[in-house]
Amino acid sequence: MANIILTFAEIRAGALRRPSLEAVSEARRLADGASGRVVSVLVGDANETAVKTLGSHGADKVIRFGAADLASYSSESYARAVAKAVASEAASAVLIAYTAMGKDLAPRVAFLTGGGLVSDCSSFEQTDGRLVAKRAQYSGKMISTFAWTTRLQIATLRPNVFALGAPLADRACEVVPAEIDGAARARVREFRAKEGGKKELAEAQVIVSGGRGLKAAEHYKLVEDLGNALGAALGASRAIVDDGWVSHSFQVGQTGKTVSPTLYIACGISGAIQHLAGMSSSRVIVAINKDPEAPIFKIANYGIVGDLFEILPALTAEATRHLASRR
Amino acid sequence: MKIIVCVKVVPDTASRLKVAADGKQIVETDLTWIISPYDEIAIEEGLKLREKHAGEVILLSVGPERVVAGLRNGLAMGADAAHQIWDPAFESLDAAGRATVLAAAIRHLGGADLVLCGHQGAGEDDAQTAGLLAGALDLPSVSMAIKLDVEGTAVVVEREVEGGIEVWDATLPAVITTQKGLNTPRYAGLKGIMAAKKKPMGVMDAAALGLSADALRARTERRSMAPPADRPPVQLIQGDPKAQAKELIRLLHEEAKVI
Ligand SMILES: Cc1cc2nc3c(=O)[nH]c(=O)nc-3n(C[C@H](O)[C@H](O)[C@H](O)COP(=O)(O)OP(=O)(O)OC[C@H]3O[C@@H](n4cnc5c(N)ncnc54)[C@H](O)[C@@H]3O)c2cc1C
Ligand SMILES: Nc1ncnc2c1ncn2[C@@H]1O[C@H](COP(=O)(O)O)[C@@H](O)[C@H]1O
Repeated sequence: MANIILTFAEIRAGALRRPSLEAVSEARRLADGASGRVVSVLVGDANETAVKTLGSHGADKVIRFGAADLASYSSESYARAVAKAVASEAASAVLIAYTAMGKDLAPRVAFLTGGGLVSDCSSFEQTDGRLVAKRAQYSGKMISTFAWTTRLQIATLRPNVFALGAPLADRACEVVPAEIDGAARARVREFRAKEGGKKELAEAQVIVSGGRGLKAAEHYKLVEDLGNALGAALGASRAIVDDGWVSHSFQVGQTGKTVSPTLYIACGISGAIQHLAGMSSSRVIVAINKDPEAPIFKIANYGIVGDLFEILPALTAEATRHLASRR
Repeated sequence: MKIIVCVKVVPDTASRLKVAADGKQIVETDLTWIISPYDEIAIEEGLKLREKHAGEVILLSVGPERVVAGLRNGLAMGADAAHQIWDPAFESLDAAGRATVLAAAIRHLGGADLVLCGHQGAGEDDAQTAGLLAGALDLPSVSMAIKLDVEGTAVVVEREVEGGIEVWDATLPAVITTQKGLNTPRYAGLKGIMAAKKKPMGVMDAAALGLSADALRARTERRSMAPPADRPPVQLIQGDPKAQAKELIRLLHEEAKVI
């Protein structure tokens, strides 16, 4: 039987979200390795670009569920849509991005389909269409490999880890409408967007984070300035979240966000195990700290031992100059 | 209002962990075990709802002897009753199995108006038991609440998602999971600890819940576990701040190729 890999396409404000595109790209790679097909499930109001992008990144087919009561997200109705597609396609795997929505949706899909679910995967290997996944556990202190005992293999994928495939504009992709009962006893009523322009931590390529070494709330501006110069998202240690300098949405770590950017710059952060839990899978880590013994240097690729009040302005100026010269 | 809180007892998150001889799990001896931080938030939320709407808060934990201390701690915070759910048949449950067991236990207790869980159990970080449980109980669910208001059977939940806040409408009974920011869990005072000793602690096993081995078969299996590969040693950049800044930007651009 052909291997059918299903992906869930997450839509916000009509647009396809990047982590879902990463999932399609990975599905395509897995399908190519097992002469399989990729089918993406799209629920709710998506724009035409979203549909096209799924196709150009590897979907052979897009199943589009579009009833009026599917406009706002609900775990119940969306899971019903994915489960229906699993059944109609006889899918062998379902890949869902490990976003707020995917995290909420995947367990309900697992319930409806009876398939096993492995959360927060960061790579897959495949033998005859059977997957083995790697994922971090125990706050990144352990890396585990998991296999499925059920035929259906459901996985959520850590954002920012799986590479986007190169788009092929003229790939053939069939779009099929589908229907589902959209009734739900819990659903989104309203979405309140964050203040303009703030970059999303979990999906950022570059993150600049600040900690208690900044000494006072008003000095977080040093982190903001460097972040703006680099086009980065901004993060924080729990210490300064607890002190109310920035909101919890900035917190990186075990009880905050887990991030995997290509570049993470930690400024005045000691590197407590709970902070490392959220960022140790970053590709390149830079630490700026006046204490040469700070644990953050144990996982950093590059380090500057010194006073952040001198270094951050110099770095912001240098970063601005560098990026301007490349424009 | 009858509130059931599902409590996972996990290794203290600051623990040093070792891989067991089978290469598939951590060594569980000599660890300090705590209530998973998000479940502490769930207990606190249950207590706050009870203070506002009256009712009872019942704790459930699936696990061996070590979960009893965690449950006692939850009782000391102020919960009314607790149940340890354990059977040798539960030894190697995955999240789906835990959800099946918890669903059976909740039915056994006559259901609940509200089931509170953490959004993920610290450690294994499966983040799926609650969603599976909601499915098994055929209840609506909202995950990662940072604000929760109950009025009659209407529930309004806020949760943080990428780019903003979602406001959800739900109806009771429901399963709701907690995220940091929802509340600050209270400490169990001495009075609470004394009172907890007299509170009821039940035990349930597979037979009491009518669970067969077949219903508990694991859907996923961990094949191996190891600490992550060491990162290369840090490259320290010397010089005055200006020179350091310049060199760092050069390295990030030319060597690491990340900017
Ligand atoms: C259950 C639990 C969960 C937790 N979850 C999280 C979490 O999700 N995220 C998180 O971050 N923490 C978390 N923590 C807290 C964590 O243990 C640490 O307390 C916290 O990360 C410390 O924050 P910090 O590094 O900003 O502060 P500190 O540890 O105080 O470090 C400040 C650093 O700044 C340096 N510094 C001071 N002045 C300067 C200067 N002028 N120039 C340069 N460097 C300077 C110091 O050398 C020091 O290393 C958790 C703790 C627990 C118990
Ligand atoms: N063994 C358990 N006993 C009771 N509740 C549990 C257990 N495992 C998980 N839960 C609940 O499910 C939530 C999510 O856990 P998990 O899916 O294991 O990450 C936890 O925060 C608990 O509320």
